[in-house]
Formats: sequence, structure tokens, C-alpha cells
Amino acid sequence: MLDEKSKVIEHADRGEGYRLLALYSPQIASAAMPGQFVHVKVPALEASALRRPFSIFDADAETGTVRLLYKRVGRGTAALNAVKPGEELFMEGPLGKGFPLECTGVPLMAGGGYGVAPLYFLAKKIMALKGGVPPSPELFVGGRTKADILARNDFAALGVPVAVATNDGSDGDKGFVTVPLDRRIAALKAENEPFTLYACGPDGMLKAVADRALESGTDGWISMDRHMICGVGACYACIQKTTSGNARCCIDGPVFAAKELVW
Amino acid sequence: MVDMCVDLGPVRLATPLATASGTFGYGTEYMGAVDYSCLGAVTVKGIRLDAWPGNPMPRHAEVPGGMVNAIGLQGPGVGMFLNHYAPLYETAFEQTGIKPPAMIVNIWGGTVEEYAEVAHIVAGSGFSFIKAIECNVSCPNVKSGGHTFGHDPMILNRLVSTVRKDLEMPLIVKLAPNVPDITPYVKACEDGGADAISLINTIPAMVIDIERRKPAIANKTGGLSGRAIHPAAVKLVYDAHRASKLPILAMGGIYEAKDAIEFMLAGASAVALGSAIFSNPGVVREVYDGITEYCSRHGFTAVRELTGALEIDA
Ligand SMILES: Cc1cc2nc3c(=O)[nH]c(=O)nc-3n(C[C@H](O)[C@H](O)[C@H](O)COP(=O)(O)OP(=O)(O)OC[C@H]3O[C@@H](n4cnc5c(N)ncnc54)[C@H](O)[C@@H]3O)c2cc1C
Ligand SMILES: Cc1cc2nc3c(=O)[nH]c(=O)nc-3n(C[C@H](O)[C@H](O)[C@H](O)COP(=O)(O)O)c2cc1C
Ligand code: FES
Repeated sequence: MLDEKSKVIEHADRGEGYRLLALYSPQIASAAMPGQFVHVKVPALEASALRRPFSIFDADAETGTVRLLYKRVGRGTAALNAVKPGEELFMEGPLGKGFPLECTGVPLMAGGGYGVAPLYFLAKKIMALKGGVPPSPELFVGGRTKADILARNDFAALGVPVAVATNDGSDGDKGFVTVPLDRRIAALKAENEPFTLYACGPDGMLKAVADRALESGTDGWISMDRHMICGVGACYACIQKTTSGNARCCIDGPVFAAKELVW
Repeated sequence: MVDMCVDLGPVRLATPLATASGTFGYGTEYMGAVDYSCLGAVTVKGIRLDAWPGNPMPRHAEVPGGMVNAIGLQGPGVGMFLNHYAPLYETAFEQTGIKPPAMIVNIWGGTVEEYAEVAHIVAGSGFSFIKAIECNVSCPNVKSGGHTFGHDPMILNRLVSTVRKDLEMPLIVKLAPNVPDITPYVKACEDGGADAISLINTIPAMVIDIERRKPAIANKTGGLSGRAIHPAAVKLVYDAHRASKLPILAMGGIYEAKDAIEFMLAGASAVALGSAIFSNPGVVREVYDGITEYCSRHGFTAVRELTGALEIDA
């Protein structure tokens, strides 16, 4: 872990309220693993403001680039919106325990809203590891409406098929992401094909995916989102209940095995 | 060259900078981001006899000038601390070539006897880098219906003298700030045999989420820390320094060298950084450099000359 001064390379709109922030951060880029996050000091906030945690959407060791995909929700992300290419900011990283890359069967990834962020890096790494040998990852993405379905083109460019569900039915299946996911799980089970589940998004969705991992007796890897102070395991603000007690989301997670989570 | 070495009573520190309990884990978490060569001491998170789960989530809220927290002293218990975290601290420095800063072990308990037991276990553990014990007296006394030990000078005196008895390690007592006058509490520590005092702990506080019409923190109330509490802390350090000769470890809202220097001029022998590290781990280096620059500029050859160097017009 280090606190790297990182230069903004690009800051692009990704639809309503979402932005993609690319930074030159060579040390974090070369150490980052999927599911890990960075803790960003938002330049415009006062000195006593806490850092904001964001998943690593993509990291490229060769170019030294780290990319974040984030949603504007409050004063920190609003202030972050104002940073411009050429500006510098500090971020600590790479932080936390990410997703394991070895998996059995088909990697099924479920994301909600900005929860797709760590899944893109994960899909990319798993595909690189497999060297093009199937089965390749599949993405199931949910949102309230069409505008919440992020990074579809990025996944498509990797060759990852994307199934969509929206609460209002404006895109894909109407309902939760579990609608297309359950369909796919049923099909795989019918063919006796093994699979591994990955998820990142709102708690309700995470629990639904964790339940499916437990019911199916497969591995499930769940990335939790908890409010943080330090991000490095020093303060005990970010607690997630687990079968072995109160764990820290920032260092014991954010990725937990479905079977160790207590809801 | 400014001599940065200070004495916090019997505890010699390589620099006047420490970290505050609860903001720096068990000492190793910030490796890579904090410049440990600037630190004279690290203070670890509060330890009691047995493991403690802490409070429900959410445990904090950001506020202007700092934050309010109610972590609830989650911790592993003294046995696990000595078997796991203390050895980890020792080995973590082996590869770095940096001498480990002194470790101050912050302790707490539900009874006077529990404090004494934990203190003696720590003092007898034999880790050469553990240089002092800091008693956090801002927690509830289970035998007196939840009143904190730090809010009654008589109980505080009994606590300090009981822990002090046969303890072969320097003892620092960390005082609560929310008292009308700090003097009787400082005296209670002095009479009880404390080697130093530290202040301030967080100030009781509350944040309300007006949209949900609920407290923002599950524990309802918590403790305010950060920039917002600094001037209140300077006043308490000033008062404590005038009340007794006990050396002072000062903390509360240090974000830049100026804040640390204020504490020392008001009477502190050493200072601790807390919440500021969360926002900027580089603050440790910045404060260190700022203090040396100040000393050079004002003709101080040793940083300890700053202690109590405040000039008051008659
Ligand atoms: C491990 C992890 C990975 C994350 N990855 C992403 C990502 O890739 N993209 C993205 O858009 N968001 C991500 N988030 C959520 C993001 O951290 C919050 O949306 C952000 O902190 C909100 O800050 P704010 O000042 O705009 O909101 P405010 O509500 O004004 O923030 C107030 C305080 O609450 C905290 N906070 C508010 N919402 C959240 C939240 N959902 N999670 C954690 N802390 C929160 C803030 O950090 C701040 O301390 C992640 C969170 C975690 C824990
Ligand atoms: C998250 C957090 C946890 C803390 N935990 C402890 C603790 O376990 N024991 C203790 O004596 N003080 C604890 N404190 C108080 C700090 O050590 C310090 O006294 C206080 O935060 C003021 O310093 P600051 O404004 O620089 O943070 C804690 C403070 C914070 C912010
Ligand atoms: S945020 Fe401090 S321990 Fe996780």
C-alpha cells in the first residue's frame, strides 16, 4: 500500500451522473488486483474531509493507468466531478482483499449500478489468465433504469456477453438482475455445467447472489460496500459481520466468500 | 540541525510526534504511506482483558472540521494483542531498516482491577519496544452504573494508584476533555503516581440525519475529533500544564506543524496525530518538517525548548 500522487489523464462523462476517471498512477497500477480499491483524497474538499473509496475499474501496468468508474451521490463525488486532466490528487492503494482469480466452471458476474466497476477488471484478468480458453465470463447487470447500465461497451469489447435487467423495464428484463441470472443458472444446472458467482452492488442484490451460491453449493465471491474512515484496517469503522466475528471490510474484504457472510 | 529528541517523563522519544490511539491500528497498517522515521511513538488501539466486539454500524459520520465516531473499542483482547499484533510490529520493521518507534499501549477496562491486570500483563510481556502504558479513562465503570472513570477525581485517583502499584513501566493517563475544570483530574493523576498525562480524548457529540429523522450513528452519540476540537484542546493543555509538573502528551486536531507547536508552547512535551492521518498520511512528515523549520527560524536548537515557552504578558 502507498499514497501515490496521481495525475488525471482523462475525466469523461458516462451518462447521467456517472463518470470515468483515468489517472496516471504507475505504482498502484502495477500492484492492483481485481476487487481491490483506492482511497481518494478529493482535492477540492477541506483538509479534514475523509477520503472516498472507489473500486479499481481497470489498471494497466504497462501504461501506468488506473481507471475509476463512479457515480455522483454526495458532496465528495460532486467535488470530484470538477477535477480536470493535468490536475494531481493523492490516492492510497491498492487496498483490500480482492476476488480470487481461479474459478471452476463458468464465471457468472452480477453487478448493480457502479458495482460493475470491479467486475470489468476481474473479467479482463480472468480472460487473460485463461488465454482465450472457454468458458469466458458472463455479465449480468441491473439498475433502476437504462441510464444505470454502465460500461456495456467495455464488456462487449472484451467479448463478455451482457444480460440486462432494469426495475422499470426500460432495458432488458423487467425486474432485478436475478431474473436473467436465475435463467442462466437453471440452464447451466440442466447441463450439469459448474459455475462460480461474483457480485458487487447494493446489499439486497449481494444477498440474493450469495443465497444462490449457497443453494447451488458453488463458490460465491461478494464485494461489500461499507462506509470507511481509514481504508487500511486501522480504525474499525467498516465492519461486516462474518462467521468468524466482526471483520473489517477494508482489509479483511471488501470481497468475502458468500459462505462466511452473516447478514 | 535541530535536536528532535524529547522526554515524556521517563519515556525518551526520538521525536516529539506520536500517533493517537484508535487512529493507527496496531502500528503497522500505515506502512508504506506514513514516514515512520518521523515518529517518536505509536499508540495502539485500546486493549482490554478479553476481545470486545464494539458498537453496531454505522460507527461514524463526517462533519465540518472532523468526524464523530462511536467505534466502541472493538479489539482482540490483551492475549491476542501480545501473541499476534506485537510480534507483527517487531517483524514489520526488520525489512525496512527503520528503528521501530516506541509503542505506547492504550488500555481500558470495566473495573479498576481489570485496568491493573491488563497493565501488568503488558508490562510483563517483555517486548523491548513497548515503552509505556496509556490508560483511557473515558469509558464506563460497570460497577458504578456506567459513569466513566475519568469523571470523578476520587475514582480516577484510585484507578491510577491501583494500576501504578508494582507496575514496572511508565504510566500515562489519558484524560477526558468534558469537565468544568481539568485541575482536580490532573492532581488525581499526579497524586496517584502517573508519569505523564495525555489529552484530549474526543468530545461527546451527536449527528442527526434529518431526512431519516434518526441519529447518524447507530450508538446515537459518539466522540468528536479532528480540526474542530483543536482550540479546545490547546486550552486544556494550557490549564493542565499550569496545574502540575506532569509531562503532557497532547492531541486533538493536529493537521499542520502550527497546531503541534501551539500544543508544545502551551506546555506539551510531545504531541500525537490522530484523525489527520486518515485524510493525509503524509501529514506526519509535513508536521515534522514544519517543526524543524520553526525551531531553526526561531533559534531553538532543541525541540524540547518549546515546551511551555508561551509568553504571557503580566
Ligand atoms: C470498497 C468500496 C468500493 C467502492 N467503489 C465504488 C465505485 O467503483 N464507484 C462508485 O461510484 N462508488 C463506489 N463506492 C462508493 C463510494 O465510496 C461512495 O459513493 C462515495 O464515498 C460517496 O461520497 P460522497 O461524498 O459523494 O457522498 P456523501 O454521502 O456526501 O458522503 C458522506 C460520507 O459517507 C461516505 N459514503 C457515502 N456513501 C457511501 C457508500 N456507498 N460507500 C462507502 N462510503 C460511502 C463517504 O465516503 C463520506 O465519508 C465504493 C465504496 C466502497 C466501500
Ligand atoms: C476512530 C477513532 C477511534 C479512537 N479510539 C480510541 C481508543 O481506542 N482509545 C483512546 O484512548 N482514544 C481513542 N480515540 C481518540 C484519539 O486517540 C484522540 O484522542 C482524539 O481523536 C483527538 O485527536 P485527533 O483530533 O487528532 O483525532 C479515537 C479517535 C478516533 C477518531
Ligand atoms: S475503514 Fe478503518 S478499519 Fe476499515
